[in-house]
Amino acid sequence: MELGVTEGLDIRATLRRNDAFRLDIAASIPAGRTVALLGPNGAGKSTAVAAIAGLLPIDVGQIALHGTVLDDPRSDVFMPAEQRKIGVVFQDYLLFTHLSVLENVAFGLRSRRVAREEANERSRMWLERLGLKGLDRRRPGDLSGGQAQRVALARALVTEPDLLLLDEPLSALDVTTRADLRLTLGEHLAAFDGPRLLITHDPNEAFLLADEVHIIEEGEITQSGTPDEIRLRPRTPYAADLAGSNFIVAEARGGVVTADDHVLHVADPVSDGPVVITIHPTAVSIHTRQPDGSPRNTWATTVDRVERLGSRVRLRTGAPLPLTVEVTELARAALDLDKGSHVWVAIKATEIEVQVGETRDGVAR
Amino acid sequence: MTPTKPRRDKTAGRPPALLIVLGCLGLSLFVVPFVGLLGRVPWSELSGLLTSDVVSDALRLSVVASLAATAISMLLGVPLAWLLAKTDFPGRSVVRGVVTLPLVLPPVVGGAALLFALGRRGLLGEPIGELTGLVLPFSTWGVVVATTFVAMPFTIITVEGALRNMDTRFEGAAATLGASRWTVLRRVTLPMIGPSLLSGLVLTWARAFGEFGATITFAGNLQGRTQTLPLAVFVGLESERDTAVAISLVMVAVSLAVLITLRDRWWNSA
Amino acid sequence: MRSEHILIVTITSHHEIEDSGFVWIRSALSTAVLLVVAACGNSNGVGVETELLVSAAASLTNAFAEIEAAFEEANPEVDVILNLGGSSSLREQILEGAPVDVFASANTSNMDQVVEAGEVGSNPEIFARNVLQIVVPSGNPAGVTGLADLARSELLIGLCAEQVPCGDFARRALANAGVTPAIDTNEPDARALLTKIEAGELDAGITYLTDVASTEGGVDGIDIPEDEKVLAEYPIVLLAGASSPDVASLFVEFVVSEQGQAILADHGFASP
Repeated sequence: MELGVTEGLDIRATLRRNDAFRLDIAASIPAGRTVALLGPNGAGKSTAVAAIAGLLPIDVGQIALHGTVLDDPRSDVFMPAEQRKIGVVFQDYLLFTHLSVLENVAFGLRSRRVAREEANERSRMWLERLGLKGLDRRRPGDLSGGQAQRVALARALVTEPDLLLLDEPLSALDVTTRADLRLTLGEHLAAFDGPRLLITHDPNEAFLLADEVHIIEEGEITQSGTPDEIRLRPRTPYAADLAGSNFIVAEARGGVVTADDHVLHVADPVSDGPVVITIHPTAVSIHTRQPDGSPRNTWATTVDRVERLGSRVRLRTGAPLPLTVEVTELARAALDLDKGSHVWVAIKATEIEVQVGETRDGVAR
Repeated sequence: MTPTKPRRDKTAGRPPALLIVLGCLGLSLFVVPFVGLLGRVPWSELSGLLTSDVVSDALRLSVVASLAATAISMLLGVPLAWLLAKTDFPGRSVVRGVVTLPLVLPPVVGGAALLFALGRRGLLGEPIGELTGLVLPFSTWGVVVATTFVAMPFTIITVEGALRNMDTRFEGAAATLGASRWTVLRRVTLPMIGPSLLSGLVLTWARAFGEFGATITFAGNLQGRTQTLPLAVFVGLESERDTAVAISLVMVAVSLAVLITLRDRWWNSA
Repeated sequence: MRSEHILIVTITSHHEIEDSGFVWIRSALSTAVLLVVAACGNSNGVGVETELLVSAAASLTNAFAEIEAAFEEANPEVDVILNLGGSSSLREQILEGAPVDVFASANTSNMDQVVEAGEVGSNPEIFARNVLQIVVPSGNPAGVTGLADLARSELLIGLCAEQVPCGDFARRALANAGVTPAIDTNEPDARALLTKIEAGELDAGITYLTDVASTEGGVDGIDIPEDEKVLAEYPIVLLAGASSPDVASLFVEFVVSEQGQAILADHGFASP
């Protein structure tokens, strides 16, 4: 992947943390865009944050921001964290407990030798902008989760950084606050001119706030795309889980796709070789009798598991090919579907997404 | 209307009886000697004894020396603790061992070592004496050196422990906000270990205030110049018991005042 | 089986005292320890040995070690335990009730206090005298010739603390000579003073001739002229609380006997 963008963050980095873990990623974040790095815990997200922020040097590669090289081992360039103009909002916020809210927010400016008066002025302005007026003298310990998060954001933004880096900004909050703050955060992200990198494990955060999502698993980026692309065409089991999709590894031969000795009829021609099948749970219909219609893929099976999620229900069907199916509660009730029920499933060939390629560790390439 | 006990007390319950017994036994070990001391105080002559020049000289020397030792311990001990905690240099564990040595050695041995190093015929003392004319033994500065020697390890150990246990992510956060290493130290690291630093300094002061063995071995014993309160007590015991008891009372009173003033802050250090 | 000499170092040797004050508490503790020692010693089993607890002034260390050996040889069923220390500490222990059998003090004032308290079992008798000397580091680097030199402020002068016999006598000698010494330190006992002089950290001091002799050349001694000289008198007494008064009495007799006196003379003590 070549470095192209001069306006924005370019990162191409390999970092060995210890014997067990290696980070190997490449990404470009243009100015004015929000990019999310989405992955499970342990995937390497915090390592990526530390490397970009300048708290950890990389082993191989290059990090550049607006054309300025921040880290390049080959030319022995390493700009320490305090010189990089990156605003970071940390998981757990890391507000200085011995300083007041105002002192916290003004910290970056004061460290950069801005006079106290001006620093306080600008800090108060940001606090007000984030709806925290009047909290100047409070201590971080006295703030609610939502307030603390916004103070952390103000602290990062007041220094007018070139890049905004948010490390799991909402994960420390309870679900309701999280939903509220997601909106606020979205607004402020949009108002920030530079590139914005959002690190998270929460797919809602990523899909709702980001323009582009990179899925990171075990130190590597396994899929990149817009939220919709990932939702519709996940390429790894993890991505499929996020999207809630069914993910099946199969083999194509002579235009016929076989998965676990079961034949699936797909719409488009496909060349021989290993393939990855994704079927959205809502694309599967359930019948109590063998259906008589257009769907080419039908078979008899049993309901193994029923999961009620309010007005929706997720069913898991069993042999010959296990699937996750989503129906409405009304439908479930009408058909009296429960664990052990004998049903027929039907899937239109056009609803089956086929991605060609070898899978390595379950990742379609 | 009789006030009722808050219901909360019902759930707290009494501590186990064995703990109370053992705790009281432990407490008595400390309380009984003080009661014994109080019993010997010549209350009627106390004011006269306390204003005698022996006592006032000793008190002045003790206060000056212990405060000086504490100040030096902070000035030199904190940087040393920082190096031990934050940097990895060859021989670090040896350095840490050496720095802890005064805690383990009998103070008299420490005093003897100081004499061998900084005495008039000492390894460093001789050349220093010839070059600058400075003679540390038998001088007030000698008292300061001796008390600093035995007390500084308290500062170093407390501060090193606090630095190791603090959450270093805050220093990283400060760095991303543009703080230089010095600013991080000044505005984040030190304030965050503030409570521990304070209790370390108090321990240092307390040790310096009560120091005897190294002082008498290195600095000698002369009223007004090197005879601190502990030395005055010791010498007074031989013949002027009442003076000795009076001085002991002064020491106990001063120490208790300082320690009680700090109250819970002592234990609440992060 | 002979038990070892027990030096109750924490009490009596000033070098080891580490914290201030409360020596009377420690006297009580040392008394307790002595009681335990005395009790344990007597339950030895094989052949009942009589233990004799002798409290003697620190300056008598070497001389009394030899006297102990000689006495035990002559009286094999007796085990002498030497308790050495500053005379005033020893006095305190006795007054606090330590089970001492014999007390040999470095001056009469400590002995007088013991007599006044009614602790003695006989009349104290002077068994030795000690001469004071000016002590200087080997080679006499400061060129000290007499007591008058101790008034030189550029020298580092040390004396025993006034409350200790050797300090008391030193000051008397200086007063006799009309010298006001420029004292830089009052050492808690003669040993401490001697150590510092030997190390060259002090230029001059005054202590006993016996101490000078015991360093075997580590320090030089300068005689004090007759008219300024002060003699320390060492009394010895059998104590009222002695567990075996007969044996204790034997010991006292041995000390004043020809044999004991010869040993004392060997170590530099003058005859009484």
